[in-house]
Amino acid sequence: MHHSELIAQLLKVIAAGLLLISFAMLASRRTQQLITLFAWQGAMLFVSTCLVAYSSGLTEMYYSAGLTLLLKVIALPWILHRLIHRLGAQWDSEQLVNVPTTMMAGLALVIFAFGLAQPITSMATTITRHTLGIALAVILLAFLMMITRRKAVTQVIGFLAMENGLFFAATSATYGMPMVIELGIALDLLVGVFILGIFFFQIREQFDSLDLSNLESLKED
Amino acid sequence: MVLSAYHWISALAEALAGHELRFMLCIVAAWMILGLAGFLRPHSIRFVAHLLFPAGGVLCLGVAVLAGLYLGSGRGPQTAILPLGLPDLPFHIRLDVLSGFFLLLLGVAGAGISTFAAGYFRSGEGTAPALLGLHYHLFLASMALVMLADDAYMFMVAWETMALTSYFLVTSHHRIPEIRRAGFLYLLMAHVGAVCILLCFGVLQGGSWQFTFDAMRGAPLAPVWATTAFLLALLGFGAKAGLVPMHVWLPEAHPAAPSPVSAMMSGIMLKTAIYGLLRVSFDLLNVRFWQWGALLLGLGLFSALFGAIFAAVQTDMKRLLAYSSIENVGLIFTGIGLAVLFQTNNMPLFAALALTAALVHSLNHSLFKSLLFLTTGSVLHATRQRSLGKLGGLIRPMPWVASLALVGTLSIAGLPPFNGFISEWLLLQSFLFTPQLPHAFLNMLIPLGAAALALTAALAAYVMVKFYGVIFLGQPREGSLESAHDANWLERLGLGWLAFGCILIGAVPQLALNAVAPVTGKLLGDSVRPSSTVWWIAPIAQQQASYSGLILLAGIVAVVAATFVFVRLLAHGRMRRTAPWDCGYPWQNSRMQDTAEGFGQPIRHMFGAFFRMERHLPSAADTAPRYRVYIEDRLWRGIYLPIARGVQGLADAIGVLQRGRLAVYLLYSFLTLLGLLVFVL
Repeated sequence: MHHSELIAQLLKVIAAGLLLISFAMLASRRTQQLITLFAWQGAMLFVSTCLVAYSSGLTEMYYSAGLTLLLKVIALPWILHRLIHRLGAQWDSEQLVNVPTTMMAGLALVIFAFGLAQPITSMATTITRHTLGIALAVILLAFLMMITRRKAVTQVIGFLAMENGLFFAATSATYGMPMVIELGIALDLLVGVFILGIFFFQIREQFDSLDLSNLESLKED
Repeated sequence: MVLSAYHWISALAEALAGHELRFMLCIVAAWMILGLAGFLRPHSIRFVAHLLFPAGGVLCLGVAVLAGLYLGSGRGPQTAILPLGLPDLPFHIRLDVLSGFFLLLLGVAGAGISTFAAGYFRSGEGTAPALLGLHYHLFLASMALVMLADDAYMFMVAWETMALTSYFLVTSHHRIPEIRRAGFLYLLMAHVGAVCILLCFGVLQGGSWQFTFDAMRGAPLAPVWATTAFLLALLGFGAKAGLVPMHVWLPEAHPAAPSPVSAMMSGIMLKTAIYGLLRVSFDLLNVRFWQWGALLLGLGLFSALFGAIFAAVQTDMKRLLAYSSIENVGLIFTGIGLAVLFQTNNMPLFAALALTAALVHSLNHSLFKSLLFLTTGSVLHATRQRSLGKLGGLIRPMPWVASLALVGTLSIAGLPPFNGFISEWLLLQSFLFTPQLPHAFLNMLIPLGAAALALTAALAAYVMVKFYGVIFLGQPREGSLESAHDANWLERLGLGWLAFGCILIGAVPQLALNAVAPVTGKLLGDSVRPSSTVWWIAPIAQQQASYSGLILLAGIVAVVAATFVFVRLLAHGRMRRTAPWDCGYPWQNSRMQDTAEGFGQPIRHMFGAFFRMERHLPSAADTAPRYRVYIEDRLWRGIYLPIARGVQGLADAIGVLQRGRLAVYLLYSFLTLLGLLVFVL
């Protein structure tokens, strides 16, 4: 009893960490920094999945945790690193739209997410149920990040962060999704990042920059 | 001789008895094969026009014979289920008296038009002959299928095929931008109409989700829904028929199309809309309200008057005929409206009279309007002119066309002993019974309607005097007109067939009344039986009104013959030819005679409120003075342009959403997500 209490406490700490990282991503200016934060987010996710697996005794959760470690902590950050090195974009910084305002919007989203999670939390029986609100907040914050950014690479990182949030929501509400679906999603992510990487090169070749505001000229009048 | 012909006909009737539907389907299939056969030699005008089109005409005649035999036999409906269509949704086919009557109309008019078309199409004009043949025969087949369809699915497929094939026929000279524009307007209106019809069927199924007409007949509908279905049908079929204010495509599309196609569209295709409206309002709907009748009556009368007034001021001969079509469709709708009014007030005999007038007028219009459109085709080929201002005096170089056109103009003007008189007379007769309606308000208004009808008839006659007088009489307005050639023998045959039909129905209206009697009998439970003698028709009672086409014809022929003989005897050898109307002024030239604009001027003056006019008057110092007047439909600016602007504005407003910025697009999905989450919460 004492044991599971401790794990629940630890999970809450990790969830808080995830939320903190999300806010950090929202405010960070450099692409390099964002990738590091994304890797950290993956690591947090890995630890939390391991803890859930340990407390629930589900072996397939360990596989899921392993997959997270391989893909989100090692593979994807590494691919993104190489990508921005080759694009020469690692020291790119971007003009953010008014960080304090974004933070305020983020806060509002967190409150909204908690309100939303309330009825679901009261129904769920998992050990992680109290973290569902945070999981939703992570999704919404990542979305907000995508909206406020202008560079192509940060868009992709925002997209991946959203997927992290979804994964966290799945583990906290129902002890994860079925293995097949998780494998599928993992593959999709990998392929998606490859394809987006190709797009980066194409966009840069076309516009000499990765700034997405150039795409506005594609609009039909 | 006569006896053997009679035996032959009765033997044929016996052989076909009960199988009319099957043979009609064979003919429809044969039309499709004829259409495809053109691709064996796609550029040979001899093969396509001189072989396939006459064959199509013979098939039309076959349809007319089958439909006539079926109407005469008095047998019940014949049904069939075709093994075509979607899985679980086969095509249902049904031949009953209503479709039989309209197939008769299609066959009779189609035979003349196809024969004319065989002589009309020349190589090197517009679309390749094979494509023209394909669209033409598919058009015929789809119109027949519209009349045979027994479920909404089949009906819509045939209806849309009809719209598409006629669109391709209209735009066969597609290199001319105005023709493309006219075609687009036609296609747009056709589709708006088709959407309304589709919605109408959706209402008619009444929650049973069965789309066969049989299921719709049985579906109980609340008055609100029945009225909705009726209004949708009125909109949809009205758009096809050219009822004001859905008429705008007609004056554009008819001049754009080749003449046989205009004849087919005006003569037959407009009648499919009449058929559809009758099918929905008298067969599929099992309740009717007198307000519907009043609405139909009002719209019909307005269309009739509107069409006649606009026809009077046109200077393009095919536009003039197109407006005249609007007028005639208005008359037909007036008849249907009266029929609904009488029927909902339990006066089946008068309802039958009004519906008979509408149906006979449909038949008549398909004959004389096709005839007139075809003559404009001959004139167009002979002179390359469509504008009335450049024609004139064609009676001398084109005596055949002129005399056959005279039959058409006299018919359409509603003069006895031709067929137009019969239907207009019947319509006026049915107006005379309206005082017996139990609505005080309607009783006060309907006499005004009868007056409007009389005015329309007079204006139609005026229009036809203008049409015939400016084209065929007087002096040629251009030098090249002297060398105009007359129609070739196939064209004459087609024109002659239609003119013969006009005279036959005019002289022996019993034929048309007998064809219509089973239809009114089925739809209203009563019918107008022509009185027993061959000589007289008396729709209600002998004391009320009666008419004898044959005696009148005989009288007219006798008077004309007597005059001819008399003049020949008296004046022989003392005749001299001179320019008409020169009033003793010897240096008259063609510029001095009345023009189309001049002829229409009084109408333009009297009914100025209907038009939007723009006039350019030459100044006194102008050395080459030109007088120009543009006449526009007020409804075009009043209804259509605001709708077009509204649609454009809406599209622009939606276009604002497209910012081209990724962040904005993401924001859209984000807000949608939040909205949905709030909704779930």
